[in-house]
Amino acid sequence: MLKFLARRLGIMVLTMFCLSLVVFFFVNLEPNLKRLAIFQTQQRATEQDIESWLTRNGYRDNFFVRYGRWIGVVKQQPVVDPETGAVVPRFRFCDEPAVPAYNGILQGNFGCSTAFKTKVSNRLPQGLRATGLLMFWVMLTMVPTALVIGVLAGMREGSRLDRGLSILSITSTATPEYVSGIIFSVIFATWLKLLNGSAATATSEGINFYNFTLPVMTLAIYGVGYIARMTRASMAEVMSSQYIRTARLKGLSFWQVVMKHALRNALIAPFTVIMLQFPWLLSGVVVVEAIFRYQGFGFLLVSAASNNDIDLLLACGLVSVAVVLLTQLISDIGYAWLNPRIRMS
Amino acid sequence: MLQNVGFIGIILGIIGRFWPVWLALIVLLTLSFMFRRRLGLYGHLISSGVGLAGVIIVGFWLFTALFAGIVAPFGPLEQIVVMKHALPGSIEPATGIPFYLGGDKLARDVFSRMIYGSRIVLAIAPAATAISLMVGCLLGLPAGYFSGRIDALLSFIANLVLAFPVILLFYLLVTPGIMDTPVPYAMAGFFFIFPILFLCALFYTGYSKQKAKLITLLGLTLIIGGYIYIGLVFDRDPLNLIHIEPNELNIFVAVAFASSPGVFRIVRGLTLDIKTREYINAALTRGEHPWYIMLWEILPNARGPLIVDTCLRIGYTTILLGTLGFFGLGMSSESPDWGTAIKDGSQFLRLYAWPALVPAIALMSFVLGLNLLADSLREQSLRD
Repeated sequence: MLKFLARRLGIMVLTMFCLSLVVFFFVNLEPNLKRLAIFQTQQRATEQDIESWLTRNGYRDNFFVRYGRWIGVVKQQPVVDPETGAVVPRFRFCDEPAVPAYNGILQGNFGCSTAFKTKVSNRLPQGLRATGLLMFWVMLTMVPTALVIGVLAGMREGSRLDRGLSILSITSTATPEYVSGIIFSVIFATWLKLLNGSAATATSEGINFYNFTLPVMTLAIYGVGYIARMTRASMAEVMSSQYIRTARLKGLSFWQVVMKHALRNALIAPFTVIMLQFPWLLSGVVVVEAIFRYQGFGFLLVSAASNNDIDLLLACGLVSVAVVLLTQLISDIGYAWLNPRIRMS
Repeated sequence: MLQNVGFIGIILGIIGRFWPVWLALIVLLTLSFMFRRRLGLYGHLISSGVGLAGVIIVGFWLFTALFAGIVAPFGPLEQIVVMKHALPGSIEPATGIPFYLGGDKLARDVFSRMIYGSRIVLAIAPAATAISLMVGCLLGLPAGYFSGRIDALLSFIANLVLAFPVILLFYLLVTPGIMDTPVPYAMAGFFFIFPILFLCALFYTGYSKQKAKLITLLGLTLIIGGYIYIGLVFDRDPLNLIHIEPNELNIFVAVAFASSPGVFRIVRGLTLDIKTREYINAALTRGEHPWYIMLWEILPNARGPLIVDTCLRIGYTTILLGTLGFFGLGMSSESPDWGTAIKDGSQFLRLYAWPALVPAIALMSFVLGLNLLADSLREQSLRD
């Protein structure tokens, strides 16, 4: 088990390294740097001004040196104004050390957001907390609903209940967030006037039933269908196995067999699927936060990308990749731990 | 005040506008039922309720895209100022044809735009899926067959791509700035080479004994494939027949890139399973080339799950395209595709629901059709 864990961790670190390189490369593409320089040198800069701004602030250094600085394994040089000789930070709204120092992700410095005019580390935790809250409620509603639907459908394969629930879950997997979000807000906010069509108040006044139900519902609906179908398949397989027949022939009631014998084994496979839902949820969060104007991680990602906010986009990229890899690791470990056949070998 | 045809008028009007689609569907279904016994898998498919529903929905959208010019009463970009945010059913004064599903914020007909939008979706989604299918097959087969180092490397790369949340991938790959860099063209060059490679490998291993047939097939593939390749990737088609807008190329490549690793994983898994079968051993004993075994023994036997996956994947690609449109990535801002239309409509959603609701339901129904089809196909293949 330890060896397995070490191997998985090693692969994860390697993946993380490769992905951070890729993210760094794409965010720091030439057109993005140019736009940043134009924005920082007050629009009317000549080609030469732009070039000198980029050189002065270290954007023209070797790619790997810049990557190293961002990660925090190469010392960051202070930016010196060529005329006065004084040390000026890259962006006037963030201070930077005046002496060369390791100052990167590993030191906890995520850089400076040009869109919000503050340090990234001032905005990111707040956004993550808001999104974490959303995810928590989504998981709390999505998982039990999906498992119940899946177990009920898979219990008696081919029955009318199974047919109906299957059609329901197929429909839900055909409904991406931007479709269900639109449909739900038209039905529940515009027509029935039951719920708030915007979660903007959730950021300022805290969440309540009226402003949070629609985002949670929208985000959960896509996952419910998928997890339910996996649970159904797993349940149907378990129900047709030998030991279930033995238990039935022993004289146990149908419900006793389902609850005591089938359920535990049927829930191993969906566990992996639930953990692997996180990457999809992360994308869904971005859509839902845009539709319902909720200020979380997705909002930060969209603002960073649309405002060419290089440091914030890098941070968002890193965080989302880390979340995905972490959930993959947990799903692997959990699967091995839950399934005795794998645990032993 | 604009005159309105009323609820019944809207329903009847829309059903009437779709007449070429109904006609085509009736012909298709009649022919299908007549020759049901000879059509194999497809014949079984339309005998089940779910499968029939899937075929009808997918067929409906297919014919709508084909006959878009006849079905849609107005052009996708046609603006008629008085019809701004018009209610569904409002009659356009000049022509007397109603805006069946209302007007949007730029006074365009929502119904016509939805019809024309189906063209974009049905052109890009299946094509991008086809490319990712070939990439997935050509990389997944050797990964599963040879295992070892190749498998470890390719699986690692596939997992890298899969670890990206799709939305981040799109924000990195489909931005206006990226058109100035060689990245999209390099990726297009990489992805579009796969169909040519795939066909060449297929013909080369399959017809190595029939020299004449082999040379014609290879020649045809290289000439036609190369011609399309030059037109798409370098935009240097000498006859100017094949041309793709740079932003469309970017979208296409990004979508193919996002869905290839999924196909790779499935093909690899299937190969791992099939290569232990008896008939593969028989082929090995005959001394067949590994690529012959992969392309002519393993691939045809993996077709069942692959067809199901392709159906689901076209739906998934449609959802991805919608996501791109919804975030205004890649597509031009006035494009009638469903994602962009949903984004535009959601701006005034609380006041005017129809501009967003119509493309949303269109997208959902198309994906639902594909999912039903896939579900029914899976059931059929389990029965065999």
